[in-house]
Amino acid sequence: MHDPETTPHRSRRRFVAAASALAGCSLVPRLGRAQPAKIRLGLMLPYTGTYAQLGLAIDNGLRLALEGNGGRLAGRDVELRRVDDESDPAKATDNANRLITRDKVDVLIGSVHSGVALGMLKVARETGTLMLIPNAGADAATGALCSRNVFRTSFSNWQPVHPLGKVLAERGHKSAVFITWKYAAGEESLGSFREGYAKVGGRVVKELFVPFPNVEFQALLTEIAAVRPDAVACFFAGGGAVKFVRDYAAAGLKDKIPLYGSGFLTEGVLAAQGPAAEGLLTTLHYADSLDNPRNKAFRAAYARAFKMQADVYAVQGYDTGLLLAQALARVKGDLDDRDGMIGAMESAVIDSPRGRWTMSRAHNPIQDIYLRRVENGDNKVIGVAWKALEDPARGCRMG
Amino acid sequence: MDIVTFLIQLLNAVQYGLLLFLVAGGLTLIFGIMGVINLAHGSFYMIGAYLAWSLSEQLGSLWLAIVAGVALSVALGLLLEWLFFRHLYRRDHLYQVLLTYGLILIFEELRSILWGDDVHGVRVPEVLSGSIPLTDTLSYPVYRLWISAVCVGLAALLYFVIQRTRLGMMIRAGASNREMVQALGIDIGLLHRVVFALGVALAALAGMLAAPVSSVFPGMGNQVLIVCFVVVVIGGIGSIKGALLAALLIGLVDTFGKVVELEIAGFGVLPELAGMSVYLMMAAVLLWRPEGIFGRRLA
Repeated sequence: MHDPETTPHRSRRRFVAAASALAGCSLVPRLGRAQPAKIRLGLMLPYTGTYAQLGLAIDNGLRLALEGNGGRLAGRDVELRRVDDESDPAKATDNANRLITRDKVDVLIGSVHSGVALGMLKVARETGTLMLIPNAGADAATGALCSRNVFRTSFSNWQPVHPLGKVLAERGHKSAVFITWKYAAGEESLGSFREGYAKVGGRVVKELFVPFPNVEFQALLTEIAAVRPDAVACFFAGGGAVKFVRDYAAAGLKDKIPLYGSGFLTEGVLAAQGPAAEGLLTTLHYADSLDNPRNKAFRAAYARAFKMQADVYAVQGYDTGLLLAQALARVKGDLDDRDGMIGAMESAVIDSPRGRWTMSRAHNPIQDIYLRRVENGDNKVIGVAWKALEDPARGCRMG
Repeated sequence: MDIVTFLIQLLNAVQYGLLLFLVAGGLTLIFGIMGVINLAHGSFYMIGAYLAWSLSEQLGSLWLAIVAGVALSVALGLLLEWLFFRHLYRRDHLYQVLLTYGLILIFEELRSILWGDDVHGVRVPEVLSGSIPLTDTLSYPVYRLWISAVCVGLAALLYFVIQRTRLGMMIRAGASNREMVQALGIDIGLLHRVVFALGVALAALAGMLAAPVSSVFPGMGNQVLIVCFVVVVIGGIGSIKGALLAALLIGLVDTFGKVVELEIAGFGVLPELAGMSVYLMMAAVLLWRPEGIFGRRLA
């Protein structure tokens, strides 16, 4: 079995901890109480499967934010407990329960797959554990199931896709086919797209689904070619996004029917997609080439630390770390001050590589959505598709 | 749906069906001739796909990977036959199910240790990449046409070997009367070894051919195994002819189930039913012929 705790960083952390303990002994004995206990963060992320790269990027981003703080939060050491959630909703509650009851984590962080995040959310609501969602966009998490102790640092599925309809209409596409995986994130993206597209007079002529995480698209691509819509919009991510973009080009559709998507389509997978992705237009709350000093510094530090390029998932992991650091600093590291913690997170302003964002009343980011085009293997920003977009958070009633 | 789209979807359906036949053919062969229910058959499909991926990364060519992969899977088949399967021929099906289920778990774990749990794509060889334009908007990928051609060739070869050659005659005779064949001085053990290795090689080859179009991922073997059992049950247990027909039928139902929208009383129903359509068809066939389309009537 895969052991989530054997990471190369663990031994380094141990070494650093041991070294600082030795150093501590030689100093004058401190006054007052012993060192406060470590802050334990429970990470439930996919470290394998179609979303493995996404999980790794979030993990990296979070660690980068912590290291920016000297590996500490409000003066307390941080310990990470990792579980590979395998993007399997069936295992979500068990994993979350284990982190909370056995590992006694202070904060639960996860996940990528919406189904898994909803399973974790259930446990977080029952136990009152603080939970941060660094990716999963399930609308309900900050909608009907919103909760005082749950915050999202990424997006709701409604957000990145909503401006896409406007983008299509501006380019004169009157009809579109939407294709996605048949699971929560796919269906919610479709719903949001349909709503945004209808507002500007567009028509979704056909909706096509593939069971998650299947990647056999051939019959559906034939169907798209036959329907001949003005454009195709889609939601795919990770390994499935690579396969879809390549199959779309291989089926000869790329030059005939323009393909649009939520930005996850080209996020972190451009190298694998190769020339098939050139020219794709997508909407997302981040882009590699965003021109602000914060982003440049972040990308440089990330590339130096992990020998790979940062993507939106890395940013979301990073922002999760920033939010925690900010809130913990405000309560001076006292996690028992729950109201203080929650209040601090609610009023947080995050100076993120994606641009400054704030928390909505439903605990979801209010953020800009960018329009990007793939150029020479890069997601180039070509404009802001929607300024400070707030999720409608339907059904959210916070106590 | 216009006629050209229909024809292309038909091609999609046939291509899927033929690939399925390659896997299910081995399963039904091993059951029909040796009387062994092999739940681990899907694992051989998965092993084939992973071999195609890792060997083509190592050797730089899918062709070399397929040649080496088939050789490796024949060797694996012979080894497994000698280690496990030869002890199963005269035993109750329950023993066979237990042992082969155990093999599934072992193979999954070994796969995880050897190759990890990630999803991998396999590049289509240069000569077979690209697609043939059929109308101004519709075109068909060359690689898929090629897979279909290979599968048709293999099916024909299989039919010829079993129906027209001395080896095939012995296999058929061994299936119906083991003792009589042994009394005639034919080494039945060797015969079984050959058939088993052939079945494993077919499943692995199917995995290798499918790798570029379906990706390579954990658990892919079990997905295909379930559909293969449906194929074998619909076609009639042990019947190669039945397996071919049933695999093609499933290809049709699955493909058209995905794309045809049917409205009943204002509700679009078919896409929701698509996932079930294959099983609904199995139920319908079994009501009509409980022994399968080409199955021997049960006494």
